[in-house]
Parts: sequence; structure tokens; C-alpha cells
Amino acid sequence: MTRQRKLLSIPYYLWIVLFVVFPVLLLLVQSFRGLDGSFTLTNIQTYFTSQVYLTMTMQSFLYAFLITVLTLAISYPAAYFLTQTKHKQLWLLVLILPTWMNILLKAYAFIGILSQTGFVNQLLETIGIGAQQLLFTRLSFLIVATYIEIPFMLLPVFNAIDEIDGSMVLASRDLGANEWQTFRSVIFPISLSGVRSGIQAVFIPSLSLFMLTRLIAGNRVITLGTAIEQNFLVTQNWGMGSTMGIILILIMFAVMYVTRKRRKGVPGR
Amino acid sequence: MTKNKNWAKIYLFVVFILLYTPIAYLIYYSFNEAGTMNQFSGFTLEHYAALAEDSRLLIIALDTIRVALLSALIATVIGTFGAIGIYFSRRRQTKNLLLSLNNILLVSPDVIIGASFLLLFTLVGFQLGFYSVLLSHIAFSIPIVVLMVLPRLEEMNGNMITAARDLGANHFQVLKEIILPSITPGILAGYFMAFTYSIDDFAVTFFVTGNGFATLSVEIYSRARQGVSLEINALSTILFLAAFSLVAGYYFIQQQRTRHKLAHMDPTNHEKAVTP
Repeated sequence: MTRQRKLLSIPYYLWIVLFVVFPVLLLLVQSFRGLDGSFTLTNIQTYFTSQVYLTMTMQSFLYAFLITVLTLAISYPAAYFLTQTKHKQLWLLVLILPTWMNILLKAYAFIGILSQTGFVNQLLETIGIGAQQLLFTRLSFLIVATYIEIPFMLLPVFNAIDEIDGSMVLASRDLGANEWQTFRSVIFPISLSGVRSGIQAVFIPSLSLFMLTRLIAGNRVITLGTAIEQNFLVTQNWGMGSTMGIILILIMFAVMYVTRKRRKGVPGR
Repeated sequence: MTKNKNWAKIYLFVVFILLYTPIAYLIYYSFNEAGTMNQFSGFTLEHYAALAEDSRLLIIALDTIRVALLSALIATVIGTFGAIGIYFSRRRQTKNLLLSLNNILLVSPDVIIGASFLLLFTLVGFQLGFYSVLLSHIAFSIPIVVLMVLPRLEEMNGNMITAARDLGANHFQVLKEIILPSITPGILAGYFMAFTYSIDDFAVTFFVTGNGFATLSVEIYSRARQGVSLEINALSTILFLAAFSLVAGYYFIQQQRTRHKLAHMDPTNHEKAVTP
């Protein structure tokens, strides 16, 4: 009975095999290949014995961590306040609208804003601090990456807080909790599911923002993504690039495991 | 309480300013006579005129839209039937496996998708260019379509299908008369998301584009690496207005749809209430 229906889904299953499973396998196989194409373990060996690669990975991890913390610190209050406004869906849309602006154009805007005579430096001049070198520094990478990732944290946190049953908040107030206590023991624990998906949506891409490291950080920051792009498109060392790709995938799974959905853990339920 | 509300408003306003400053900055300086992004010397439209005469950029813009329209369309068709396939898969394990496989590309970093697709195209000897970009865009848009369509399928009243079958409808009729109409909003949302994914993508395209073909993102990247050119600013004004009207239009259509639904009682509501 379901034969016809299955026929229609065949392109989808083909897609899974060809574009999901197969590419990952290819990456895995490639990571065991040397520059000459022969089977070898050198890539993995080089990776784990080279100080350069290990430091780079740690730095990349640290940057992603900082970016995630910064976006969370900015987005959480914003998401919470948003849920309390009238027309909250409209305001949410207004705040996430910049996401639809091409990421490279946003990065390009910061080349102007952070430049030697740009907006920020003019501001610093006026208040008497004086112009600083901002562009092509690690700080500029953090600023721009945080800017770009904010909506991706804002959205899941907003949804999580917005889904909280209003009667639970009322019940908490009825039982004598003040606004802060209600927030701490009712809203915050429930909103953690949104924070987890936000971390997933920000941390993993932050490991691979290679265009920002090139445009904004002037190669002062090398993330895993930069290194992979470098190996694939510049030095043509696909084996090493794939090895780091596999490392990135492993980190991705680790992050997803840490931030996975939890059934329990909501106190008072 | 009111004091808190004020603080909330101020905070939101500051975030709003932070998020829009770079965009406003780009647009403001697109009218700058001086040709730099820091000293505004006078109003001019010359950068827009230069943009209109830049035939290379216009061709690239058209190519980008062509890729986005086509890839979103194909991804929507494949993804919709994929979602229907997942919905009807009988065993729970199969369903979960399919869903996990579906989500891999959604959570994968762009560089991984780009690099692994590059390996794939090289292995099978596929020429890099328009078609490799199109195929990649279709590939990374399919999972988002599935995610948009699947909840609509779960919301659909399964008894309607049984009823239709009882009344003698064949598979095609069930699909056309029952399933597709109930999931249309999901399909539209999926198409819209796929379209924006394709327009916005840089990293994956950058890996699989080869030499002869470029999308706007790739072109902006290579121009931005060479330094400031106010033609890019002019382009961003236009792209922002386009994105703004697209999103606003989509939002109002969705709003109207929900209002519409409330006005006309959903005929299946009663049955849903009766179903245990």
C-alpha cells in the first residue's frame, strides 16, 4: 500500500546517503591520507604532537567559549524583557532582522567602524582616550563574532521563556515569592532548555568563523575553521584539513552531548 | 514595577541600537562623496550609479537569486516528501534515526559541509561551478524544509487519511486532497527558510564554487579583502531593503493566515476533540 509513497521519498533517502553519510565518510578516509595520497597515520600523529595545532585548537575553543558567554550575557536579559513587551513577536522580529543581512556585509561594516579613523575611534578621541588599534586585533574578532551570533542565542532563549505557562508565574507570586525569587526558581530553570540550544547554535559555528578571522582579525586569530580552510583551499593539504575536520566534528558531538535535552532537572516539577 | 519596566525598555533599546548600528553605518556612508567609510564630506549617488553599471556584479546578483530560487524549490520538493516519508515510517527507531541523520547538516559547521562536499565533487569528477553550488545549496536546505514540514504533519488529523481511504480515495488523491493542504504553511515556511539560507550562505559556496562562478557573498568577500569600496555599501543598502521587505512581507502574510484561521472555524476541530 505504501509503495507509491515510498517512491516519492526516494530522492530524500538518496540525499541522506549521498550528501550526509557519504561526505562524512570521505572526510574520515581523507584524514588517513598523506600528501601523496597513500594511507598513513601521519596527519593524526602530526596533529597530536604539534604544539602549533594543539594551541590553535585550545585557542579556538577559548574564543568560541568567550563568544558564547558574551552573547548569552547580552541576549538573555534581552530575551527576558522581550517576553514582557506588548507585540513581542513583532519586537522579536525587529531584533532578529539583522540576521537576514549578509554576514560578510556586516563584517565589512566593522572594517569601517573599527578602523583607525572610524566611528569607535572618533568616539574614543572625543572622550579623551585617544585612538586605538582596534581592527585586526583579537578584540575586534570577539566583538564582531559576538555581534553576528547574538540573534542565534536570542531566539531559542526567547522561545523557551515565552513558552513558560503564565499560571506558573502567577502561582509563584501567589505563594509569596517576589519578582526576583520567581525569576530565580521558576523562570530561569525552565528557560535553561533554550539556553542549551542557544549554546549549540552559537558555540559550534564560532569554532569555524574563518571569514571573520581573515577580514577582521587579520589572521591574528586562527580558529579550527581558518585552519581547515587554509589546508583545503590554500596549501592543498586535504589530509591534514580532513583530520582537523574530524576533530571539529568530535568537538561538535561533545558540545551537543553536554547541551543535550534533559528530561529531569527542572526543580519543583 | 514601573521602574523595572523602564529599565527593560532602555536595555532593549540599547540592544536594538547595537544591532542596527553597523547596518546604518553602511547605508549612511553609501551616500558619501569622499569615498571612505569615516569622513562624510557630502551627499552623492555616484556609488549607486557605479553599482548600476557594474555588469559583473549584476550578473553575479542574478546568479545568486537564480541559485536561491532553484535550490529552495528543489529542496522544498525533496524535503516535503522526505518529511512525509519520516512521518509514515512505522518503527520509532527508524524515525529517530532518520531525524538524527536529517539534523546532521543543520548542526555541522559550514567549513565541514563545504570541505566534505568539495571532497565529494572531486571524487566523482564533478565540474565545480554553477551546478556544484546549486547541488550543495539543495543539500544543506533539505533538512530545514523537513523541520518546517514535519510539525504540520504531526498536527494533521490522521483519521482524515483513514476516512479518505475508506471513501475510496487512492494514494494520489489522499496526498493531494488531505496531506498537502494541511501542511501548506509548513511547506511555504520551508521554502522561505531555504531561500534565505541559500542567499546568505558564504562558507559552503566558497569551498565548492571553483573559479568561473561566484555568488554575491563570495564576491563581497573578495572585494572586502581588497579594502573599502563604497560600491559595496550601495549594494548593502539595496540588499537590506530587499531582505527587509521580504521578511516584513512574510511576517504579514503569516499574521493574516493566523487571523484567517481564527475567522473560519477549522472543520477538523470537532473531530480532533473527539479523538482520544
